Amino acid sequence: MSRLLPFIGFMLLAALFGFGIWWNTQHDPNAIPTPLLDKPAPAFNLPKLYEPTQTVSKADLLGKPYLLNVFASWCIECGVEHPVLQAEGPTLGVQLVGYNYKDAPADAKRWLAEHGSPYALVIADEPGQTAIDFGVYGAPESFLIDAQGVIRYKHIGPLTPEVVAKELKPAIAALRKETP
Amino acid sequence: MTPELGQLALILALLLALAQGILPLIGAWRGNRALMAVARPAAAGQAVFVAIAFGILVWAFLRFDFSVQYVADNSNLELPWYYRIAAVWGAHEGSLLLWIMILNVWTVALAAFSQKLPEVFASRVLAVMGLIAVGFLAFIIFTSNPFARLLPMPGDGADLNPVLQDPGMTFHPPMLYMGYVGFSVAFAFSIAALLGGELEQAWVRWARPWTNVAWAFLTCGIVAGSWWAYAELGWGGWWFWDPVENASFMPWLVGLALIHAQAITEKRGSLRAWTILLSIFAFSLSLLGTFLVRSGVLTSVHAFASDPRRGVFILAFLTIIVGGSLLLYALRAPKVAAGKPFNLLSRETAMLIGNLMFAVAAAMVLLGTLFPLIGDALHMGRISVGPPYFGFLFPLLMLPVVLLLPFGPFLRWGKGDADALKSMLLRVTVAALACAIVAAFFVDGHMKAIVGVAAAVWIGVGVLLYAYKRWREVPRGRRYPAEMAGMLLAHFGVAVFVVGVLLSESLSVTSDVRMAPGQTQHIGSYDFRFDGAHRTTGPNWRADQGVVTVTRDGKDIAVMHPQKRTYPRGQVQTESAVDAGITRDLYVALGEPMDAGNIEGAWSLRLYYKPFVRWIWAGGLLMMLGGFVCAADKRFRLKRTVTRAEPAIETRLQETRA
Repeated sequence: MSRLLPFIGFMLLAALFGFGIWWNTQHDPNAIPTPLLDKPAPAFNLPKLYEPTQTVSKADLLGKPYLLNVFASWCIECGVEHPVLQAEGPTLGVQLVGYNYKDAPADAKRWLAEHGSPYALVIADEPGQTAIDFGVYGAPESFLIDAQGVIRYKHIGPLTPEVVAKELKPAIAALRKETP
Repeated sequence: MTPELGQLALILALLLALAQGILPLIGAWRGNRALMAVARPAAAGQAVFVAIAFGILVWAFLRFDFSVQYVADNSNLELPWYYRIAAVWGAHEGSLLLWIMILNVWTVALAAFSQKLPEVFASRVLAVMGLIAVGFLAFIIFTSNPFARLLPMPGDGADLNPVLQDPGMTFHPPMLYMGYVGFSVAFAFSIAALLGGELEQAWVRWARPWTNVAWAFLTCGIVAGSWWAYAELGWGGWWFWDPVENASFMPWLVGLALIHAQAITEKRGSLRAWTILLSIFAFSLSLLGTFLVRSGVLTSVHAFASDPRRGVFILAFLTIIVGGSLLLYALRAPKVAAGKPFNLLSRETAMLIGNLMFAVAAAMVLLGTLFPLIGDALHMGRISVGPPYFGFLFPLLMLPVVLLLPFGPFLRWGKGDADALKSMLLRVTVAALACAIVAAFFVDGHMKAIVGVAAAVWIGVGVLLYAYKRWREVPRGRRYPAEMAGMLLAHFGVAVFVVGVLLSESLSVTSDVRMAPGQTQHIGSYDFRFDGAHRTTGPNWRADQGVVTVTRDGKDIAVMHPQKRTYPRGQVQTESAVDAGITRDLYVALGEPMDAGNIEGAWSLRLYYKPFVRWIWAGGLLMMLGGFVCAADKRFRLKRTVTRAEPAIETRLQETRA
């Protein structure tokens, strides 16, 4: 019997690993709950990409909900997300604000010229300092911010048609219900 | 077209591995020599095809074939050629290919050197190696194909993770895998012994150098990883008890136990079942390490890609290999268990205590590493287990090992001599106390540092006393056979390691400071003057580089250049500057500029004075060297000509006496 102990011990371990794999399929291990959810978005004041002398602040954007989409020309996943934004952007019913992250302005402009711009407005954060306040740790990321400047939804990674249909659009619909 | 050839080569290798894994087993069971003879050519053929596949992947990297997804994901046009080769094992698919290639290197070596073993036994050993290869080749082909195409082909690729663009990281994975995979030899030996129902001491003797070499490589890999973390991550630490580090540390601990258990079994015939169990554990933990890193079950700072399909595959493989061999052990171990009894006061007892401590330490590390997962399973919420747990328990478990270490060699096999021990105990105690008292004056009464000096002297003097004893008592030419010299080196390495750890932990000085150009900071007995920062460029990065001049009593010691590099895809990587020395390291890491727009202004800097930190790796390297030297002993190669080595004579004499 005692010689079976290592085997039994290992089987328990294997069961634990099996559970671990199952758990990971149920829970996104990268889903770090953002402490900013349902909190006011951090204040920012960033230059416009196309008119660097003008800046946009959080206060300027209050009054209407908008989707803040973090992107960069160096980010490959953003290229995956881009066609989705192009196609779905006009149907969302909120303004799309591009947040150009750690990017050289010339690169960003070239990238947008090449792929087309789904954004009503693009702000540029070349040093990436403000992004830290938003808790951005990579591009693409998207924040849905309501008329009062509160973050209502956040998505890390590219927005896919599925995410847009199942998560983003319901979140936008929920906003509408509150503010008729 | 070429990448497809690589894939084809892998499929052919899988077929050969199947032949190597199954036919010789049937042959050994049925006594069919033709089937047994399949093992060696199949192993050689498999190695050829795997080498072809590996070569094709290297070639794809060298000529920027971005139509291969793996190449596009892990390299770009600006990456220098040496890092493009290192990029082959820079991510999941390629590192598995490296794993299987190293397995083939070991298998071919085994096939070449096992001619003197009985045919039935050798073919079983090779078959087990073949079955392991089947699992890994199938894993690569079905879930992690490195040759998958990316169409349309991008003009340029992404990048090799910048943290991997460092010489230390280039050699770390191959060394580590040499160790992991090397334990498969001892494993295959044990399975073959269990299958055959007998375990001859001569076979264990033959297996010993393989285990020693595997363990030495693993030591080298861990030292390289630790050095890299120290130099690259900018925290100045050398070990973080991170799950992935633990994954390599557990097989190391069990391998250490295995080395000693094999010595007992080979020389005395005792503890056979324990040796077999340890060799199963050592390799299982190597597989487990691969599983933990690759399945994404545990998240860690080593954020590798995780894919549940892969996790399920490795888990199934792990269950078959480990579960199967432990079941085999349960059924067959009684058949091979035998050996001479030994006294309470004997070398066996001392080594067994060490063995148990290593095994318990490995179990402790396993528990700590998996505890977050257990927490999830039992709905206890997110739990993290870190340095406080490991840092408390590990030294506690190693204390008996450190205390016993000097005495092991002095004890005789079977029955030790208490009187000799007493005089020895007196000498090391006096030496340790004397040095501790002297050290106390130099270390400002830091208890940890004093303990470190005492422990190191305790071990070091013990090792030297034994070396001296052999010098006096054994005739010239036989004093230090390689096996003995290796043991002395490795044990001395422990002393060097211990003093390095405890001195650097207790006497290090760290300072996070804001420094404007021209400002000076006093740390330890050194003055660090910040001379401003400027832009600089490398082959595929641009960097802000600080200049820090270090002086001591007005004399220039070093000019250091810490960097903050930006790679083409926007990733930022700190590159600490280290001024290495035998008794101390000076270490500077560049933080952030105080004003983001002005790099010529003030910066945040992290300055360290780390005494004796280098001794940690020096100790590790001595242990590694010990492992290699030990394996070089001629005694292991010549079958049944045991007269050359001293311990064997002792054994015989004792046998005749008994």
